[in-house]
Amino acid sequence: MMIDQPTAAYTLGEMEQKAACCVPSPILQVRDLAVYYGNNAVLADVSLDIHKGCITALIGPSGCGKTSFLSTLNRLTDYHPGVQVRGQILFDGHNLRQESVDTLALRRRIGMIFQRPNPFPLSIRRNLDLPLKEHGVRDPHLRKRKIKQALKDVGLWDEVCDRLDSSALSLSGGQQQRLCIARALVLEPEILLMDEPCSALDPISSRVVEELIMRLRGRYTLVIVTHNLAQARRVANYVGFFWMRERVGKLIEFGQCRQLFEAPTDALTAAYVSGAQG
Amino acid sequence: MIDRVFSTVVFAAAALVVAALVWVLTDVVSEGAARISWAFLVTEPRDAGRAGGIAPVLVSTLWVLVIALAAALPLGLGVAIWLSEFAPKQRGFAAYTGITLDVLAGIPSIVYGLFGNAFFSVYMGLGYSLLAGGLTLACMILPVFIRTCESGLRQVSDDWRQGAWALGMTRAAAVCHVLLPAARPAILAGLVLGIGRATAETAALLFTSGYVDRMPESPLDSGRVLAVHIFDLSMNVTGGDGAAYGSALVLIVLIVLLNGLAQSLVDNWFKRRISQ
Repeated sequence: MMIDQPTAAYTLGEMEQKAACCVPSPILQVRDLAVYYGNNAVLADVSLDIHKGCITALIGPSGCGKTSFLSTLNRLTDYHPGVQVRGQILFDGHNLRQESVDTLALRRRIGMIFQRPNPFPLSIRRNLDLPLKEHGVRDPHLRKRKIKQALKDVGLWDEVCDRLDSSALSLSGGQQQRLCIARALVLEPEILLMDEPCSALDPISSRVVEELIMRLRGRYTLVIVTHNLAQARRVANYVGFFWMRERVGKLIEFGQCRQLFEAPTDALTAAYVSGAQG
Repeated sequence: MIDRVFSTVVFAAAALVVAALVWVLTDVVSEGAARISWAFLVTEPRDAGRAGGIAPVLVSTLWVLVIALAAALPLGLGVAIWLSEFAPKQRGFAAYTGITLDVLAGIPSIVYGLFGNAFFSVYMGLGYSLLAGGLTLACMILPVFIRTCESGLRQVSDDWRQGAWALGMTRAAAVCHVLLPAARPAILAGLVLGIGRATAETAALLFTSGYVDRMPESPLDSGRVLAVHIFDLSMNVTGGDGAAYGSALVLIVLIVLLNGLAQSLVDNWFKRRISQ
């Protein structure tokens, strides 16, 4: 897999800017969330607010339930056999865990990016066209415009505009991940969940994607799981620290990025962010 | 030293297999080529097949094949999709379905023939007909076709499933637009196996589509397929060897052509789905 050219970083196009979050206004309110696989709890007692337009980073060692937490937010856990979720998640004031919630529409509003880039084995254009069609965007001209805008938003347009019909798998790893972000953005979501979006990428591609993440702040609400503490520190407004206690993942501390890294209230957090633990 | 002996032994095995194939092909081509002509393909057999051509036999073969594929393809894809995407993993009904398919795949074709005769010809009243033969063949190729497609679908990366679901696509849309195109090679392999088995089948058709060598007028007519024609000429008709060789050559060429056709059809269909 070839790596992104360094110049790729400078092809990120114009993006409409909204004020970065200054006034915290929660878009997602998680209360007493617990996740069970069969009878074993993997995550318990998680309560936190995700604020509109901000980047919230979730840090902590592997296996402490961060990814499970993320998949409860768009109800992807519905498709995982044997998984049970308890607690409340308020999205704009409505509990998104209710049976009656239209999960397909919910996932249009809350997009998700995975650790390994997963563009479909289809053409670049079709990767973006398919979700639009599935969500009932019938006008081909409108789809075309939206596709172009999404590709521009992730800085991929100049790199791929002359080969939209070639396979998405022919792109480099970093380009694939940006295509996946474009695929989520084309549906105009409000929230983007990102599960270690840079960890499978080489350093240069990783930097390009990270820069993109920062540019999405304000316009979208982002929740990022990352193992890279330096990255969390660079991009996040809020940080949640997860840790295993008695073999169950817990949210140990949650707060503003600066406070959590520079003046953590919990000794465990202090040890983890200073590199002494984990 | 051991490596040299070993490599010689495995090479010999490969050479033996290729030699057998070449021998059969050379025999069929050298004996059969003389019989092949346009007239052989478009005229009716005369004198129990010793003279004349194979036109009605070709037509019957194609009828049976089309009926078998038309029945087996949608049904088989459906079962494969259910097994790989919707059924609870290896439990309950799904597990029994899997075991049933594996057993069915190993049943000799003559048994399928007897079943087809009892069920389609007698019980359903289709008699000796191309329809009964085609449906019997469909039963026969289904297990292998389903298993091949199912394993192809299972091998599709879970990342794509998750990706499709996370975009708010229905499970049905994920299967149709992402997983099936991704499983294309396996589906094609299943199709080729099915075509090969269906075109070359003799035993299952003796009791179901019959061996009348008239031109069939509808799928409800009885008809003789190529493989049955070859069997009859070489076993029951003295002096029919030449025509049998000719028919065998036609059969081999037909299978090669059909596989090529299947490949290009599947490729084209998916190419449209992949880039629209």
